[in-house]
Amino acid sequence: MSTHRIAVPLCLLACLPTIAACGEKEEADSETSSTNTSLEDCPADQLETLSPGQLTVATDEPAFPPYFVDEDPTNGEGFESAVAYAIAEQLGFAEADVKWVVEPFNSSYAPGPKDFDFDVNQISITPKRAEQVDFSAPYYTAKQAIVALRGSEASRGSSLADFAEARFGVQIGTTSQEAVEAAIAPSEEPRVYDTSNDVVTALKQEQVDAVVVDVPSAFFLTAVQVPEATTVGQFSAPGGDEWGALLEEGSPLTDCVSAAIEELRSSGELAEIEQRWIAEKTKAPVLE
Amino acid sequence: METDRRAEREVARRRKARRGQTIAAVSTLVVLGGLAALTLASPGWTVLRESFFSSDVFVESFPDILEGFWLDIRVFLVVEVAVLILGLAVALVRTVEAPAIFPLRLIAILYTDVFRGIPTILLVYLIGFGVPALATAEDGGATPLSWLPTNEVLLGGAALALSYGAYVSEVYRAGINSVHRGQRDAALAIGLSEQQALRHVIVPQAVRRVGPPLLNDFIALQKDVALISILGVAGEAFRIAQIQASSDFNYTPLIAAALLYLTITIPMARLLDRWERGRAVS
Repeated sequence: MSTHRIAVPLCLLACLPTIAACGEKEEADSETSSTNTSLEDCPADQLETLSPGQLTVATDEPAFPPYFVDEDPTNGEGFESAVAYAIAEQLGFAEADVKWVVEPFNSSYAPGPKDFDFDVNQISITPKRAEQVDFSAPYYTAKQAIVALRGSEASRGSSLADFAEARFGVQIGTTSQEAVEAAIAPSEEPRVYDTSNDVVTALKQEQVDAVVVDVPSAFFLTAVQVPEATTVGQFSAPGGDEWGALLEEGSPLTDCVSAAIEELRSSGELAEIEQRWIAEKTKAPVLE
Repeated sequence: METDRRAEREVARRRKARRGQTIAAVSTLVVLGGLAALTLASPGWTVLRESFFSSDVFVESFPDILEGFWLDIRVFLVVEVAVLILGLAVALVRTVEAPAIFPLRLIAILYTDVFRGIPTILLVYLIGFGVPALATAEDGGATPLSWLPTNEVLLGGAALALSYGAYVSEVYRAGINSVHRGQRDAALAIGLSEQQALRHVIVPQAVRRVGPPLLNDFIALQKDVALISILGVAGEAFRIAQIQASSDFNYTPLIAAALLYLTITIPMARLLDRWERGRAVS
C-alpha cells in the first residue's frame, strides 16, 4: 500500500510538464509601427486637436523637478515642460495656444476618449501598455542612477567597473534590477527587495553599498528620503527604459507628435533640453 | 482438512485484497481524472497554462532556481540544528524546578509566548531590518552595537531559528512531561541526582517520543526558508523565481520553485508516515 501512496504524488509531478507541454500557443510578436509621417503632413490648422487651434497637453499633479519647475507646467521650465513646448512649436502652435490639464497617471492609460491631445508624465513605453493607448516615439531614455552614502567607498566610484565588487540593492521587477545585471554584473549578486522603501532602508542601514534606481527616483531619494546619500553617477540601461508621450488609442495626432519628436532629435534640440534639465540638474556624471 | 480450510481462507483474503485494490484504483482514476477534466475544460485554462505552466519558461528558469535551492538547503540544515539545540535548552529551563533559575524560566516562558505568537514573516522582517538599524548610527559612525551582524542570510536564519525554536521547545516539553513521574522517582531512588535523572533517564525517552512531531515542524521549516527572500537575499530559490516571474510577467518560475520544495518535503512526509507506522506496530 505504501508504494501506491508514494506513487500517486510522484506520478502527478511527472505529469505536470506533460500538461504544460500540450498545445502551447505561439505568441504573435506585436510589431511597433514606425513613423513615415513627416512634419509637412501636420499643419497646425489641419490637426484634429481636442479644441481647434489649441494643443491640450496633460501631466500629473504634483509636477515635480527636474521635469517641471515650481509645480507649474506652463512656464516652459523643466524637462517635460520644455519637451512639450518644443513639440508644440514643431507642430506650429504658439506658446499661447498650449493649454495644460491635470491627468493622474493611473487614469491616463484607461481606455476611451481622453481630455488631452497628449500626456507627458515619465511614462515608460511597454508593448502591454501600447495595447491600451498610443505612444509617440520616445523622447527620453531613462538613465539609471547609482546612489551611495556620502563618504562610503562606493560613493567614490568613477566608472561602472569600480562597482564590480559592490553589494547592490534594487527593487524587484524594475528596469534598475535588470540594468545592474546587464551593465555592471557585480561579482556579488544584487539584493532584490519587494518595495522601494526596503531598498532605501537597506541603503540607510548599510546592508548594501549602493542602490540603483532611475534618475528621477535618485533625485527624490537623495533630496528627501536619505539626505546623507549622493548620486554617484548615471548610466544607460541596456535595452533602455523609453518614455513617450501618451495619446488616445488610434489618435490622429500620434504620427505627428512622433514626427515632431524625431525632428527635435535630429536637430539636436532634444539633446540640449535633456542636457539642460536632467544632466545638469541631477549633477550626476555619466559612468561608462 | 485443517490445511484445506486455511488455504481457502488465504485465497478469500487475497481476493478481497485484490478487489480493494481495484476499487481504489478506479476511484482514484475517476476522482483525479474528473478534477483534471474539470480544470482542462474550464475557459481560463488556456490563460492559466500560459502564465503558470509554460514549458519554455520552465526550462529556461529551472537551472537558476535549482542553483538557488542549494542555499535554501544549507540555510535549512544550519537552522534545523540551531532549532534543536535552542528548543531543548528552553524546554529544559522550563522543566527544571530549581528556584535559582526562576528568572531564566520567566525569560523562557516569555520567549515561547512571544515568538510563537508573531507571524514568522513579520519576525524575519523585524530582525532582518531591525538589527541592522540598531547597528547603524545616525551620522554613519560607530555605535555601541556596531558589532551586530547585518548579513541578511544570517539574520533571516536567526529569525527562523527563534520562531521555530519556540515551537520546538514546546514539543520537547510535551515529550518531557509525557515521561512518567515514576521514572524520575526511580532514578532518584537509585542515587542519581536530579540533573543526572534528566540527562540519562527522562530526556532520552522524551526525545524518542517526539521524533514525528519534530519532523513535522522541520517540514514546515523547510518551506519557510523561502521567507528570508523578503530580506533581499541574493540567490535564494524563491527570490530567483520571483525575479524571473516579475520580469516576464509569467508565474511558471514559481511553479518550478514549488516543485523543488516538494522534492524535499514529500520524502520527509513519507518518512514521517513510515516512522509513525513503525511506532504504532511496536
